Amino acid sequence: MRNLISATVLAAGALATSIIPAAAQSIDDSVNQLFANSTGWFVNFIFSPFPGTSFPWIVAWLVVAATVFTLYFGFVQFTAFRHSISLVKGDYSDPNDAGEVSHFQALATALSGTVGLGNIAGVAVAVGIGGPGATFWMILAGLMGMASKFTECTLGVKYRNEYDDGTVSGGPMYYLTKGFAERGLPGGKALAVLFSIFCILGALGGGNMFQANQAHQQISGIVGQYPGWITGMIFAAVVFAVIVGGLKSIARVTEKVVPFMGVMYVAAALIIILLNADKVGWAFGQIFDGAFTGLGVAGGMVGALIQGFKRAAFSNEAGVGSAAIAHSAVRTKEPITEGFVSLLEPFIDTVVICTMTALVIIITQQMMIDPVTGNYMLNEAGTAIATIDGNTGVSLTSAAFGSAISWFPYVLALAVILFAFSTMISWSYYGLKAWTYLFGEGQTKEIVFKVIFCIFVIIGAAANLGPVIDFSDAAIFAMAVVNIFGLYLLMPIVKQELKSYTSRLKSGEIKKFN
Amino acid sequence: MSKRFVVGYDGSEESKRAVQFAVSQAKSAGAAIVIAHVLEWSPYSFLTPEELEERHKRRKEELSRAETALMAPIQDSLSDSGVTVETEMRYGHVADTLAKIAKDVGAEQMFIGRTGESGLTARVFGSVAGSLAQIAPVACTIVP
Repeated sequence: MRNLISATVLAAGALATSIIPAAAQSIDDSVNQLFANSTGWFVNFIFSPFPGTSFPWIVAWLVVAATVFTLYFGFVQFTAFRHSISLVKGDYSDPNDAGEVSHFQALATALSGTVGLGNIAGVAVAVGIGGPGATFWMILAGLMGMASKFTECTLGVKYRNEYDDGTVSGGPMYYLTKGFAERGLPGGKALAVLFSIFCILGALGGGNMFQANQAHQQISGIVGQYPGWITGMIFAAVVFAVIVGGLKSIARVTEKVVPFMGVMYVAAALIIILLNADKVGWAFGQIFDGAFTGLGVAGGMVGALIQGFKRAAFSNEAGVGSAAIAHSAVRTKEPITEGFVSLLEPFIDTVVICTMTALVIIITQQMMIDPVTGNYMLNEAGTAIATIDGNTGVSLTSAAFGSAISWFPYVLALAVILFAFSTMISWSYYGLKAWTYLFGEGQTKEIVFKVIFCIFVIIGAAANLGPVIDFSDAAIFAMAVVNIFGLYLLMPIVKQELKSYTSRLKSGEIKKFN
Repeated sequence: MSKRFVVGYDGSEESKRAVQFAVSQAKSAGAAIVIAHVLEWSPYSFLTPEELEERHKRRKEELSRAETALMAPIQDSLSDSGVTVETEMRYGHVADTLAKIAKDVGAEQMFIGRTGESGLTARVFGSVAGSLAQIAPVACTIVP
């Protein structure tokens, strides 16, 4: 396997030097064109606005759902917050279950699937288009999303499949089928199939192409421009080695380095914020003003709101259903405990990490302000705020960190590559689960999906950011359409669990072990 | 309840010596011995999604492997020693879990071998014997 990787890398390198750059660039262009043409209709449908407005219905769908769950469960994200932390610490874990998957491990794995480019690049896109005000809506969406995550992960554990050999499979496809059947509702199976299809697309889009694309942008920002498909080939080879070749060591190393990178990222952001402590008040002022007035940003207040909500959903995946797959493996007698634990995920991902990114971009003043009006200036096309050097996406974040800590872009580049890689590994798993749900388990069937997944790594790295981010968002939100519909119908089950658990916790029937 | 001596066992030569010594002590004291095996495990480690999915299965495999490869042979070899032998397998941090087992079974003494690591390795990674010398809840004999 190692030989195969090095051979692929060598071949890619040889190709790069032998083909004249123009020809190589044209491969990127044709991939991009083909991709944009074939996915455009899907993207347009998902992001179509309400008639007569510019407000996409999908954003309303996510926000309404998060609000409904928040109210229905009595602000569970705040009332259960402390209990969630004790659960993660293991206070309520039976010592006899040691050696099984702990709450902490399920949370850490789910987090390493969500913490990634959404937090670094996605936030930059949101703030770049929607202005600082997008941050406000992003935080709000993160807080509300905690309730969505709670609902889906409780169901994920409750209705998972446990096989005789001890392995488990869970996720929306299982609770849609079993949960609907239990409540005597029709159509569970059809929804599960639909969800699985979208989950495969989401895995190929946001969980793969977007990651490859941004990783390429990051690498070429450091070593200079070169065709994206070369990065794609290298990434595809490594992903192939892990998911097809079973090179677990690479995956293990990533799983261990990623949390460390996450902590380092937050630490660097905190340092920059502390160094500019005098501007923090101003930055929050910008965030609040921008949230309600738009500060002259493209799309005004609604633009800020849409961007904030979109990026939050894309980053923390609340309501999307992916986390329900990751959280299902925990060992617990109470499915709801995993729901409690999972609600920390949007908090860490969005309320903490995304906000850090946004603050750094705002505080380091990467976005140009018109000295006369005090509003942000738009770029020439009028689509986003003008930035120093015209940076967008991950390069905007990189420039923001670099303006305060000159060497940090290199660390960030490494972090982006690792985050991209770990997110790809997680999503290859989510996609595979959906794939095997549709087509059944089996060595050949699984390999087919894994090879398709690797091909999309190359496409993602070669295509432009615009079409990739559109398709990624569209596919992931399509999952949310099906998943949230199911959650509405199944939420009474979660409510029962919540009631019974809370009363047993109060009566002392559920005890701390240490 | 009869007296119990806990002895840590991981299949190594050192731990075999500890078992032999514990058995000879138990015989003269009229105590039963509890052979304890700890599988190193931290609930705060990071796993990939596949590892999460297979964890329960792997745990079962690990336990049955430890049972057949470690516990059954040592129990057999002690069957005519004249001492009652019990076994205990748990997951966790080795020293902490051994101490916990001693407490849980109401042991009067505990025995443990040592690897003889000294210098840098022991300083960086610590040693089970060293930790137990600090945290053992009952008298702990370290068998060289």
